[in-house]
Parts: sequence; structure tokens; C-alpha cells
Amino acid sequence: MEAFATRGSAPPASRVTPLEWLRANLFSSPANTLLTLASAYVLYLAMPPLVSWSLIHADWAGTTREDCTGGGACWVFVRARFDQFMYGFYPHEERWRVDLAFGLLALLAALVLVRRFPFRKWSAVVLIVAYPPTAYLLFVGGALGLPHVETARWGGLSLTLVIAGVGMAASFPLGVLLALGRRSALPAVRLASVVFIEFWRGVPLITVLFMASVMLPLFLPEGVTLDKLLRALIGVALFQSAYMAEVVRGGLQAVPKGQVEAAAALGLGYWKTMGLVVLPQALRHVIPGIVNTFIALFKDTTLVLIIGLFDLLGIVQAAITDPKWLGMSVEGYMFAGLGFWIFCFAMSRYSQYIERRLAVDRPRR
Amino acid sequence: MLERKRLSGWWYDRRLRGWLAQAALVAAIAVACAYVAGNTVENLQRQGIASGFAFFSSEAGFGILQSLIDYDETATYGRAFLVGLLNTLLVAGVGIVLATLIGFVMGVARLSSNWLVARLAALYIEAVRNVPLLLQLFFWYFGVLRALPSPRDSVNLFDAVFLNIRGLYLPSVLAEPGFEWLVAAVAAGFGVAATVAWWARRRRLRTGKPFPSLRVALSGVIGLPLLAAWITGFPLRFEYPELSGFNFVGGLVLVPEFVALVLALSIYTGAFIAEIARAGILSVSRGQTEAALALGLSPRLTLRLVVIPQALRVIIPPLTSQYLNLTKNSSLAAAIAYPELVSVFAGTVLNQTGQAIEVIAITMAVYLTISLLIAGFMNFYNRRMALVER
Amino acid sequence: MIADKNHGNDAPPIVQIESLSKWFGRFQVLRDIDLDVAAGERIVICGPSGSGKSTLIRCINRLENFQKGRIVVDGIELTDDLKQIERIRLEVGMVFQSFNLFPHLTVLENCTLAPIWALRIPRAEAEGIARKYLERVRIPEQADKYPGQLSGGQQQRVAIARSLCMNPRVMLFDEPTSALDPEMIKEVLDVMVELAEDGMTMLVVTHEMGFARTVANRVVFMDEGRIVEQNPPEEFFSNPRSERTRLFLSQILQH
Repeated sequence: MEAFATRGSAPPASRVTPLEWLRANLFSSPANTLLTLASAYVLYLAMPPLVSWSLIHADWAGTTREDCTGGGACWVFVRARFDQFMYGFYPHEERWRVDLAFGLLALLAALVLVRRFPFRKWSAVVLIVAYPPTAYLLFVGGALGLPHVETARWGGLSLTLVIAGVGMAASFPLGVLLALGRRSALPAVRLASVVFIEFWRGVPLITVLFMASVMLPLFLPEGVTLDKLLRALIGVALFQSAYMAEVVRGGLQAVPKGQVEAAAALGLGYWKTMGLVVLPQALRHVIPGIVNTFIALFKDTTLVLIIGLFDLLGIVQAAITDPKWLGMSVEGYMFAGLGFWIFCFAMSRYSQYIERRLAVDRPRR
Repeated sequence: MLERKRLSGWWYDRRLRGWLAQAALVAAIAVACAYVAGNTVENLQRQGIASGFAFFSSEAGFGILQSLIDYDETATYGRAFLVGLLNTLLVAGVGIVLATLIGFVMGVARLSSNWLVARLAALYIEAVRNVPLLLQLFFWYFGVLRALPSPRDSVNLFDAVFLNIRGLYLPSVLAEPGFEWLVAAVAAGFGVAATVAWWARRRRLRTGKPFPSLRVALSGVIGLPLLAAWITGFPLRFEYPELSGFNFVGGLVLVPEFVALVLALSIYTGAFIAEIARAGILSVSRGQTEAALALGLSPRLTLRLVVIPQALRVIIPPLTSQYLNLTKNSSLAAAIAYPELVSVFAGTVLNQTGQAIEVIAITMAVYLTISLLIAGFMNFYNRRMALVER
Repeated sequence: MIADKNHGNDAPPIVQIESLSKWFGRFQVLRDIDLDVAAGERIVICGPSGSGKSTLIRCINRLENFQKGRIVVDGIELTDDLKQIERIRLEVGMVFQSFNLFPHLTVLENCTLAPIWALRIPRAEAEGIARKYLERVRIPEQADKYPGQLSGGQQQRVAIARSLCMNPRVMLFDEPTSALDPEMIKEVLDVMVELAEDGMTMLVVTHEMGFARTVANRVVFMDEGRIVEQNPPEEFFSNPRSERTRLFLSQILQH
């Protein structure tokens, strides 16, 4: 009976010393060495001034422009205007309403997304049905003892989130309908869907916003005026629904034909098949696509500053041109850029996480 | 034997239902359109806004910062439209070329075995992709280019290229007599290169003997024009920008709006193209490379004959999507007043004539045409290149 | 049992593997392998999954590298020198489990690609060679089709023809029939049997024991990175000497 050692000997020269790692990864060939040196030089040129300007010589404390004496970044500007960047011109004493609305959203979202929580379905229902009117009430007010805050005063990051969130929520059902319509057997329905989708996908968002802001009032009977924010939201929702339709269409195509056939064999009609069998499966496939579309929309909300709404970038831009704070453009843009970057990067990581989970789950099902 | 249809049967007849649904849809759309049209006509009349496209021949009355064709304040709105359109195509064209270059370099860098290069490329991609384009545009325009020195203290490169707050000044090329020969020589150089490449490939397939066609082609493309230039006495004159008073005269000037727009568009789209290029290269399964290497093909040949053809199939569709995005994103010029189509036409012209519907409709139509052209090309390409399967 | 055409000649072995050891990180996947293959020999390598059999043959044409030991193919030593590696790859053909045909080229182009570009054979001549081998694997009529249009068995036969077009001295087979539907396994095995009858040196990693019995000169059993036992098939199947070989055979021959 042979005795086999189950542990073999250690690989030769297996401990990778730092020197060897450097040699293998950075200096493995003359070309690589050149690249490494060039990259290191670029870093040397860029990093020390950047760190020195933004951290070492920066000013963090104070209230006015004069407090920026260090010669570096003036973060005092950001701190002084921080509330405005977050809430826009929302009245100071009503800001708790904005906080409450977003806090509720975060809570409900966590309840729906965290896998362990038992009441996910109910949370989803609450989120979809009860949350929108509640949020509307909180933001706009005018009832239940909450004073009215007109939309012209909304701004900053909260406005960005409102536009992106409402745009997404409104575009989703419309996008699903369009995706189903595009795959319909009825020629008129298919034609209408295709035309609608290709139209909104083929034009830049700026023209859509111009259209919503300038043309929409002309389409309505005399005396009916739409709030500027509402016009922008309508434009964004229509624009986004076309992209959403394409994402959902990809998901629908991923559902095998056999599913529809099995449902038909069981006697389910078109709408029941779609609602109970196809869409639940399709939507699982499209979640990464939906998150990606949301990231794109989040970035695109900056365009509303062109029609006079003050999203995060818009309000930063306005703050930069304040005579009391001249020359703060770089600080302002870096702050706004960081804000956007954190959101978008977190969402894209989440999307990749979902994709990985789906890829693992599918074989088991 | 005649079957009698039950009276309740007709309501459930699938075909009939289908037609009814479609009729209802068409009717609903028609009613909506009529309602909207009615309101619009009424509103336009009430506000005294003209209708129709007559305004195209009216005098524009405003200047345009940069124009590829002759334009002044007395030109028509129609000409202004043309100027805007050409500027859009210019920005899109330059942007696409730069973005593709940046994108492919960064995409390949991301796959590099050099740790530092790969990490730096990843940093660039992740940083740029997650920040809105408009913000990046503002950063370049208001942040960086505004901080450039005045013309008197310009950044100076070899006394030929000057960078200052008014723009980027480059030497322009002026033709002297005999310039045509130079152009002909360049064309002939390319022609020779193409012919040599074609001939060498045929000979190789026929006899198996290789030919250094790359070297010959390069020497033709460079050598012939040099020869022609020497013979005709270098019929080129460079006009250098020169400081005169507070400004530069002569040479070619790229206004800061243009530079900022092209920079922002290229860098932003380049990050997305980098990911597309990387995904394309990774999509070719390792087995393909292994099979090619196992057959004895060198790594270079494996790349050229097996990996890249398959990678391109995966890369081209999303790549054309990005080109389309770049073209649409050029409309952000409206935010920094670079006179491309949206800025000039849907901005200034709309403000002056008030004819929102015609102006916006035409603008959208232009972009739609471009989109449909690119989508059409893509479908054509996909059909031709699709891998043949059962 | 197929007669050995080269049995008993004194030429040096065409493939020599000496004390080969390979690690994946800290995990040792090949432990001190010694194997000599004479010209014209057919070796079947079998063993449980994870035993390192695929890794072993992939080391021979340097699709995997190794940390210790020596491999010599047809007198050429396998080192880090790229030129040596290319020379060896021209001598050694490989057939993969997942076929790895080039989907963007026709069957004929798949077979002529390497002869034209690596051996610099004129195209007309390469096509003649290709058609000859496609005839041998019995699918000459598919020459202008694309791989996506063929069945699995047909694709694998094209893969065999593609390797043969390079006139290799040794053919490596990495589980060539594992990805095929049962009814197609026979057509590929038939081609491999014919190849053996023509005197090709073959190293085959497979679970097809019927093939081993008919064609192999030697059956090598590997487990946990080591060669446990190697014997001519009659002895190997009827009289396995190691407990582990017995266990493996009982599992694989049961159904």
C-alpha cells in the first residue's frame, strides 16, 4: 500500500519579494521600463502640487473670503455654502422636510434591497404606492399645516435627486409598455413604439429640455401654465422612457420562448403571461441595465441648469459667480465633481455586484 | 356543414380584437395630435408669433465667433443655421478622432502587464466616467482655460504655438506656387503604398514569400513628398502668429470654447471607448489564442489574424453608439456659447424670431437624421460581419 | 490491438519529460513527472479530475509553463526562448476539448491559416493539403462552411484536420470527446483510430476506455499530480496494481 504525501513540496523561490514583484510588474522589458518611468514622471509632476494645493496649504476654517490666506484651496467657500449646495434656496426652517423625505426613501430602499429582511414585498408596495404622495407633500407642502415651498426655490443636490428619482420612476412603467409594444404582433402598436423610442433616443437631451420648456406651454390651452420644474420632469421622463424601453427589451429577449409557450399551454392570456411569467424573469436580467441607465440620468440632470433650474452643478456655478467669492471655480467644481463621483461610483459598483450575483444565481435555477 | 359562430364569440376573436386595439390607438393618437395642434395654433396667434420657414431668408443681425464659411451680421438666418451645423460636424469629427485615439490607448493600457500603467489607466477611466460631462466642460472652460495668462504672457512653444486666455494659436500653412505637386506627391505616396501592399499580399498567398511591405509603404508615403518638396523648393510657407499690441495676428486660432469642448468630449467619451475596447479584447476566449499558438502562429500573427478580427466584431456596435453620443453631447456647447447648431439656432435664432416650433423641430430633425444614418450603418455592418451560424 | 509500426526501434524518445513539477501559486499540480514517449507510440492518460493530466500535456507545447524539470520534444528543449517554443509548436499538434475553431473563418481557411502564415506555404498548395486532410477526416464537402454551421462532431474533426495540416510529429488530444453528444463520439474516435493506424505519435487525455483498449500502447493513470501506474492496456485493465487505480477503474467502467 503506497503512502502518498498529500502535501507536496513548496514551489521553488516561491516567496515573491518586493524586488521581484517590481521586476516582474514594472520593469519586465525595456518598453515596460520606459513606460514605468514615464508614468512615474507624470505622477511626480501632478501629485505633489495637487496634494499641496488641496490639502496642505488649504484653508478649512472661517466664514468669508478673507479667511483664505494659505495660498491653496479655499474650502471655506464650500463649508460656507454647503447648505445651499445641498438644499438650494429651500427655506431654512423647512429643511427638515427634505431630510425626512430622503430619510424615508433610504429606509424603504434598504428594506427592499437587503436580502435578509422578511417584509421585502410589503416594503416594495409601500415604496411604490405610499411614498410618492408622501414625498410630494413633504417637498411641496401647502396642506396639513406644511407651508408651501414653490419649486423655484428647490436646488442643489436635493433637486438633482428629485429630478433623477422622479425621472426614473416615471420612465419605468412607460418604458415597460414601450418595450412590450415594440415586440407586439400588432403592426400599428409596433410602429408607434418604434417611432417613439427612436425619436427620443436620437435627439440630445438639451433639445428635449428646450422643447419641454419652450414648446410645451404652446401645446396647452390658454391659461394652463405648468411649473418649470414640472416641464423639465416631463421632458426627462419621456426621454428616459426610450432608453428604459431598450433596456427592458433586452431583458425580454433574454427570457426563453418556452416560457411564453408554457404559459399559453396553461391557458394564460397575453397580459397574465406578461405580468406573471415573463416580466418577473425579464426584470431580474435588466436590473444592472436599469442601474446603468440611472447613473446616466443622474449625470444628465446637470443639463437642467441650461433652462434655469439649479441642480447641484447649477447652484455651484451660481455660487462661483457671486462677487463675494471670486476665483473659487476650481474648489466649486471639485466639490461638485466629488459629489457626483461618489454617487455614480457607488451605483456602478452596486450594478456590478448585482451582475455578479445574477451570474452565479442563474445556473442554480 | 356550416358552423354557426356564437354571438359572444366575435368579441373574443383575436384578430378582431387586434384590429380594434390598433384602431383605438390610432384614433387616440389622432385626437391627441388634433388637440395639441389646435392649442398651438391658437397660442401662436395670440402671442403674435409668425409661422412658416420664411425667416430663413431674413437677416440674422448677430455675429458668430467661429465659422468655417464666410459669415457676417448681414447674412441670413439660413446661413447661420449652416454655420452652426458645420461647427457641430467639426466638433464631432475632431472629437471622434481624439476620443477613439485616447480610448484605444487607455483600453489597451488597462490590460497592460505593467502594474503602474494599468492602474493609472483604470484611475482615469473610473474618474472620468463618473463625473457629468457638463461639469467636466465647465471645469475645462471656466476652471482651466480662464486661468491662462493674457496674450502678452502666453505659454510659448518654440515660438510657433502660443496658448493664452484668448485661445490656442497655431501656425497656419499657406500654399506657394508648386504646392499642387506636393499634394500630388502625398496622394501618389499613399497610392504606391496601397498598391505595394496589395501586390505583396497576392504574391505571398501565391508563393509564400514574405515582403517587407510596411517598410516600403512608409518610405513611399514619406519619401515621395519629400522628394517632390525638394524638387519644387519646398512650396510651403508657415504663417506664424505674432503678437501685435494686445493680441495675436496671423496663424490659425482655436478659440477657448472650441478647445474646451473638444477636450471635454474627447476625454469623457474616451473613457467609455476604453472600456469598450477592453471588453472587446477580453471577449475573445482564451481558447482561440491557445489554438492559434498551438498551431505555431507567433503572438503577433495570432493577434492580427485571430484575436483582432473577432474583437472588432464585438467592439464596433457599442463604438458607433459612443460616436453618436459624442455627436449629441456636442450640443452642450450651448452652455459655454460655442456656436454650434443648438447654440446658434435653437439659442440665438430662436430667441430673435420666437418661432420655437420650427426651430426646435428642425434642430431635432438634424440630430435624428444623424442618428438614423449611424444606426443604419451599424445595422449594415452587423449584418455583413455576423458570424455565420446554423 | 493495433500493431506498432515503430515498436522496438532504438531511436531516442520523441517526447522526454524529466522530473516535471508545476505549481499554481502554492498548489502543486504536477509532482515530479517522468515520461518518455517513443515515436509512433500511443499513450492514453487517464485519472480523476484535478489529477493534472490536461496540465501535463499542455506543458508539452508550452500552453502552461513549469517551474522544475525538463521537457524535450524531438530533440528541441523547451525553454523560455520564444524561438524554441515556436519550433516545438510546429512539431506538436493539439486538439482541444472545446474545439477552438476560428469562427470568423471558413473550415478551409481554418486549416490553411497556419500553413500560409507560419510555414509560408503558397495558398494554392495549402488548400490542396487542407482538402486532403478534410478528406481524411471525411468531411471534404464542408470546406466552405463556417464552424457555426457544423455539428460538434464535425467541428472536432475539422480541428483534427487543422492540426494535421501542419504535419506534426506528435498529436496531443485534451479530452477530445468530452464536449460531444454521445452519437458523435464515435465519428471522432474513428478518425483518431485511423490516425493511430498510420503511425502518428499520440498523447490522449480521455475517459474513453474502449479507445484505450483498442489503440493505446500504454495507459498512464495519474492522480494528484503523480503518475501512479502505467502499463500496456491488457495489463492495466485486467490487473491494476494500485488500490487507487482499482478504485478509479471501478467508478469509470461501471456504467
